[in-house]
Amino acid sequence: MHSVSVQNLSLKFGAAEVLKNLNLDVEEGEFIVLLGPSGCGKSTLLNCLAGLLELSEGQIHIKGKNVTWAEPSERGIGMVFQSYALYPQMTVRGNLSFGLKIAKLPKEEIEKRVQRASEILQIGPLLDRKPGALSGGQRQRVAIGRALVRDVDVFLFDEPLSNLDAKLRSELRVELKRLHNRLKNTMIYVTHDQIEALTLADRIAIMRGGIIQQLDAPQTIYNRPSNLFVAGFIGSPAMNFIKGTTVGGGKAFKFGDVTLNLVGYEGGAIMDRPKAIIGLRPEHLAIVDEAVPGLTIPAVVEIDEPMGADSLVWLEAEGKQISVRVPVEHRPVAGTKVHLKVDIAKSSLFDETSELRI
Amino acid sequence: MMLIVLGVFVCGTIWTVLFSFTNIKILPIFTPKEWIDGFVGLANYRRLFNTDRWMSCPAITHIGMADWRFTCTGALPNMVTYAVLSIAIAVSLGFLLAVLMDQKIRAEGVFRTIYLYPFALSFVVTGHVWAWIMSPEYGLQASMRQLGWDSFSFGWIADRKMVMYAIVIAGIWQGTGFVMALMLAGLRGIDEDIWKASKVDGIPAWRTYIQIVIPMMKPVLVTIFVIVTSGAVRIYDLVVAITDGGPGISSDVPSRYIYQNFSANLGQSLSASTVMLVAMAIVLIPWIRMEFGKKSQA
Repeated sequence: MHSVSVQNLSLKFGAAEVLKNLNLDVEEGEFIVLLGPSGCGKSTLLNCLAGLLELSEGQIHIKGKNVTWAEPSERGIGMVFQSYALYPQMTVRGNLSFGLKIAKLPKEEIEKRVQRASEILQIGPLLDRKPGALSGGQRQRVAIGRALVRDVDVFLFDEPLSNLDAKLRSELRVELKRLHNRLKNTMIYVTHDQIEALTLADRIAIMRGGIIQQLDAPQTIYNRPSNLFVAGFIGSPAMNFIKGTTVGGGKAFKFGDVTLNLVGYEGGAIMDRPKAIIGLRPEHLAIVDEAVPGLTIPAVVEIDEPMGADSLVWLEAEGKQISVRVPVEHRPVAGTKVHLKVDIAKSSLFDETSELRI
Repeated sequence: MMLIVLGVFVCGTIWTVLFSFTNIKILPIFTPKEWIDGFVGLANYRRLFNTDRWMSCPAITHIGMADWRFTCTGALPNMVTYAVLSIAIAVSLGFLLAVLMDQKIRAEGVFRTIYLYPFALSFVVTGHVWAWIMSPEYGLQASMRQLGWDSFSFGWIADRKMVMYAIVIAGIWQGTGFVMALMLAGLRGIDEDIWKASKVDGIPAWRTYIQIVIPMMKPVLVTIFVIVTSGAVRIYDLVVAITDGGPGISSDVPSRYIYQNFSANLGQSLSASTVMLVAMAIVLIPWIRMEFGKKSQA
C-alpha cells in the first residue's frame, strides 16, 4: 500500500492546464521533494494533495483511503507554509492547540501532544510567547509543531525554508532531516532550491509545465538526467552542453574538429544521429597538459571564479564556453592553451530533437 | 505653506479653547488683557450644560446607561446616539458585506461601485432625497398607502423620539459602502496561507473570521472607528438637509448648535466647540498613539 497515491491528476484554471495527467506513488516513510522552476505546478500539486484546491480530474489516495473529495482536515495531513502562517494574536501554545481544541480533543491529550511537539522541536521555552516575538527560524519550528501535534501520516511542506537567511536555512535543513529520521513519516516537500532537494530527498520529482519530468533518487537525477531540462536544471554550476553528431555507428561524438570516443558510455543505443548533444558536468572535466586522441578537447583559458574550496574556470573550445571545476590551487593562468579530459562514463548524451537522454 | 496650515489649526484651536473661558460677545482682538478682564472660568460650560437645547437629562441620576438616550434630549445626546448607532451598524454591516464580497463572487467591481457610490454623493443631496423618502406626506408611507396598505406607517422623521434614528438610517446608507471598502482591503491584506493553515487545522470559516482574521485586522478596524466616529461628531449637513434640526429642536446636533449661537452667544458657542474638540480628541488620541507610537517601539 502506498502512503500517497496520485492517479491521473489534472487541474485546469479556465483554459490553462496547470497539472497534466499526473501520476505519483509515494512509499510509506519516504521523503519526496517536488522540485522545479516557479510556475511548474509543484505548489499547486501540494495544494491538491492538501485538499486546498479541487481537482479537475483524477484521484488521490492517502493510506489507501480515497480522499479526493475529503476536507483538508480529514485527510491525515499536516502542512507547513513558506510564510509560516501562524495565528499572530495567539501564543505558541495557542497556535499548536487551536486546531485540536476545535476537534474537541480531551484537554490532557492536547497537553500531551503539545509537550511532545515542543520537546521534539525544542520550542518549550517559547510556548507562552506570541509569534511576533520569535525569530524566523523559531516561527518555522512552531509551524512544523502545528503539523506535528495533528498526529498525521503525511507532512506537506510548501517551501518552508525560503523565507530564512542562508545560514538558518542550512541549519533547519539538517533539523528537518533529523526530524524525518526520528518520526519516519511520509513527507512531501516543495522547493525551488536544488541543494534542499538533493540533501533531503529519498526521491526527487522534477516538474515543468505541470508534468513530472523525472522521479528518481537524487544521485540518479544528478548522474543520469532523463532529459535536457532535468540535466540543465540540476547541478550548480550548470552542466555544459555541446551540440554535435554521433558517428561511426555510435562509437564517437563529433563537434567541430574534435572527436570524442564514446566507448564506455552508460546508456541506451547511441547509433548515428545527425543532431546530438553531449552534457558534461564541470566537476567531471579535468584540465590536462597533453592531448589524448578521443578523450580530450583542446581549449583556451578565459577567466576563473574562485569559490573558496574550488574554482570555476571558464574556457573556450571550438567557439563554445565550457566551465570546469578545479581545486583552487590548480587554477590555470588566463590565455594558456590546455586540454580538457572527458569522463565518458559520467557524461550524458541527448537527442537534440526529442531532448531525451540516449 | 506648512506654517500657514499649522498657524490656522493650532492657533485657531488654542484661540477657541482660551476664549471659551471668557464672557466675550463679539469676535475679539486677542490681547492678554482682554482675556484676563473677561475671564469667567467655567461659567460658559455650566450654562451650556444647563441649556436644554444642548443637553437635558431629567432623570440621569437614577437610570443606567442602557436607556440613557431615552431620557436625555438635546444636541449632545443626539450626537452620541448617532455616533454609537452608526459605528455599531455601519461596522457590522460593512464587515458582513466585505466578507460576502470576499467569496470570489462574479462582477465584484460592479458591486463594489454600487456600495461605494453613496459615499461619493454630498450629504446635502442625499439628505434631501432621504427627507422625501421618509416624509409621511410624499414618501414611503404615502406610496404604500396608495398601493392599498392603509395601516402602513413610517413617520420617524416627524416623530420627536424617533427622528434621530431616521437620520441614522440615512447616515448608514451613506457610510456603509466606505466601511466595506476599507474592510475588504483589510481582508485582502490577510496572508492567504493563514486561510490554508486554518483549513488544514479544521477550523470552520466563521471561527477563522472571528478568532483569527478580525484580530489581525485591528489597524483597519481602528482606522474605520476613527473615521466613522469623527464623522459622527462633526455631523451637520445631513441633519440640516433632512430635518434642519426638527421637529422643533429634537434632532439638533452640536455643530448646528454652535453655528446658530455663533453671533448671539459667542462664549457659549466656543465652549460647545471645545466640547466637540474634546470628543474628537477622545477618538483621535488612542489612534494616533497606536499608529505612530508603534514605530518608535520597533
